[in-house]
Amino acid sequence: MSILVDSNTKVLVQGITGSFGGRHASLSLDYGSQIVAGVTPGKGGQRFQDKVPVFDTVQQAVEATGATTSAIFVPPPFAADAILEGVDAGLELVICITEGIPVKDMIQVKDAMKGSSTRLIGPNCPGIVTPGEGEDSKGGCRIGIAPGYIHKKGNIGVVSRSGTLTYEAVWQLTSRGVGQSTCVGIGGDPVNGTSHLDVIKMFNDDPETHGIIMIGEIGGSAEEEAAAWIKEHCQKPVAGFIAGTTAPPGRRMGHAGAIVSGGKGTAEAKIEAFREAGIHVAQTPSEMADVLLKAM
Amino acid sequence: MNIHEYQAKELLAKHGVAVPSGKACQTMEQVTEAAKELFDKGESLIVIKSQIHAGGRGKGTFQSGFQGGVHLCRSLEDAISKGSSMLGGTLVTKQTGPEGREVKTLLVASAENILNELYLAVLLDRETSKPLIMASTEGGMDIEEVAEKTPEKIVKLQVDPATGLMPHQARRIAASLGLPSELIGQASKLLMGVYQTFWQCDASLVEINPLCVVEKSDGSQAVAAVDAKISIDDNALYRHTSIQSMRDLGEEAPLEIEASKHDLNYIKLDGNIACLVNGAGLAMATMDIIKHYGGSPANFLDVGGGATTEQVTAAFRIILSDPNVKGILVNIFGGIMQCDVIAQGVVTAAKETNLSLPLVVRLEGNNVALGKEILQNSGLELVSGDSMADAAQKIVAAVG
Repeated sequence: MSILVDSNTKVLVQGITGSFGGRHASLSLDYGSQIVAGVTPGKGGQRFQDKVPVFDTVQQAVEATGATTSAIFVPPPFAADAILEGVDAGLELVICITEGIPVKDMIQVKDAMKGSSTRLIGPNCPGIVTPGEGEDSKGGCRIGIAPGYIHKKGNIGVVSRSGTLTYEAVWQLTSRGVGQSTCVGIGGDPVNGTSHLDVIKMFNDDPETHGIIMIGEIGGSAEEEAAAWIKEHCQKPVAGFIAGTTAPPGRRMGHAGAIVSGGKGTAEAKIEAFREAGIHVAQTPSEMADVLLKAM
Repeated sequence: MNIHEYQAKELLAKHGVAVPSGKACQTMEQVTEAAKELFDKGESLIVIKSQIHAGGRGKGTFQSGFQGGVHLCRSLEDAISKGSSMLGGTLVTKQTGPEGREVKTLLVASAENILNELYLAVLLDRETSKPLIMASTEGGMDIEEVAEKTPEKIVKLQVDPATGLMPHQARRIAASLGLPSELIGQASKLLMGVYQTFWQCDASLVEINPLCVVEKSDGSQAVAAVDAKISIDDNALYRHTSIQSMRDLGEEAPLEIEASKHDLNYIKLDGNIACLVNGAGLAMATMDIIKHYGGSPANFLDVGGGATTEQVTAAFRIILSDPNVKGILVNIFGGIMQCDVIAQGVVTAAKETNLSLPLVVRLEGNNVALGKEILQNSGLELVSGDSMADAAQKIVAAVG
């Protein structure tokens, strides 16, 4: 069953005519995802790769195609606006890949989204993959920038702030013949739409997810919050890894949200919270899959 | 991006915050002129403050042996003497590391008659995704210590992004700081100004420590921001050209400046095993796993998703410019990036830099077989890692 997206999900791509958006829309189409529309203001009427109609607004795209989900590949100065355009058009899911959106813009976006039924994932995230049953897991739904072929259809849910670390975990699982239900990248920014906990609750409720891998990093307290809930409520085994035990305090480690400030957000505190909650801790990124499989 | 105290005060003053009057000086002529101006105006006491992007300046020591990066002066001669002992010197504080920072600017300001030291900050509350005001009666101290030992002395107030800081909220904070009724109005105005600075300048932090109740020459009291620290959200710099020009390259590590020119995310550390990785999370995890197996990472380096041969070569040069580096670990999970492209980049870079240090390369992902073949046929002495653990153990062993 998976969570959030599957092979039936109709997706529109905001920024499809840009090189970044176009490249990944193309890869998603190859994967079998239903990319039904693109949106680039001023380019309405064009067709992307002769297949996908392009519209000027998200509203037009939704009316014409019934798309429920958007992937945003729009540059940082315009991305917050793109997110809210998706929300205003009544989309169920908006996935913002863009890295570099000012924090203030995201504070305003989150505030403006209060009470909305749209779910935002990201920004600064690799997206979501629900693997399919075809060769190289094609036939599922790939939204974002993850390599499709590393996935395999199965029962492990993966949720992570980091892109390439997600691919590590996914590949470890696939190489051991173990597949994934859905892989969700929530992104590396300090203000985002969906937290680890939000996704873990969904995995907990998903009959097709039997085990969970949770990947976190320094900065903020999202992992601790998730751990506290997991301890009381999660019915499925969880393995976790936290990146950044060697990160110096006060420095932004690539991701805008990966920073230990004022002594808060350390890897040690998160690992301790994991242990406290009965989450199986992978000491190194090489053993994320093995730690979970052992617990199962 | 961090800015100096004097620049922070400029921004605050623009938004109506009362800051002590002062001038930023880069030469002794300017110091002398600024000091003279203040004494001529009737000030009996001035303060000269070293401008560096680090705290603990008052208790710091110059490499010359001169004590203290912040000095009160009662006369022009005193100001010139102390100023010349600081300007151009290298100041070492608790926060600079033993190498210290060069003091290229002195802030020459009127010294307030301080009656009380308070604390004020505006920052992002990550739990609520809203701006947060933090205020405390315990100013002039390490706020992290206050948070640990006497957290009840810190007042926190969330700001609604839609309304900004409301005057009644500012008054409430002022009252909670124990300020007398006659100062509530002034303090509220200052607080509103501090919030506006945070919001309008896209700051990630505005910290006023200490925020002071001062006695003016006419005996009346006032509230002033005696010290100020502001960090600006890097993602927002594109829309603040005047703040961009406040960047002080002298405060950044040369290798990090070089890296940013090539769009490489690089942070120098103290160890001797350099790493080159794609993806911030994977890059952090690579540093971690090196340490796990007993080694010491020399840097954080994320080449990003679309690294070209040129960028990989630039990355190698930067890594090798660090004299501490005794070995290199390349850890790539090629998603969209092809392993053969990275392998070619590594081979070119190693040859161009005449690499003679141990090199372990771990490739995984798209075109991995082709990538490994390129490495094998390169004639270079390098070791292949199968997993991250394998690669980390190999480089740690090679470096010894």
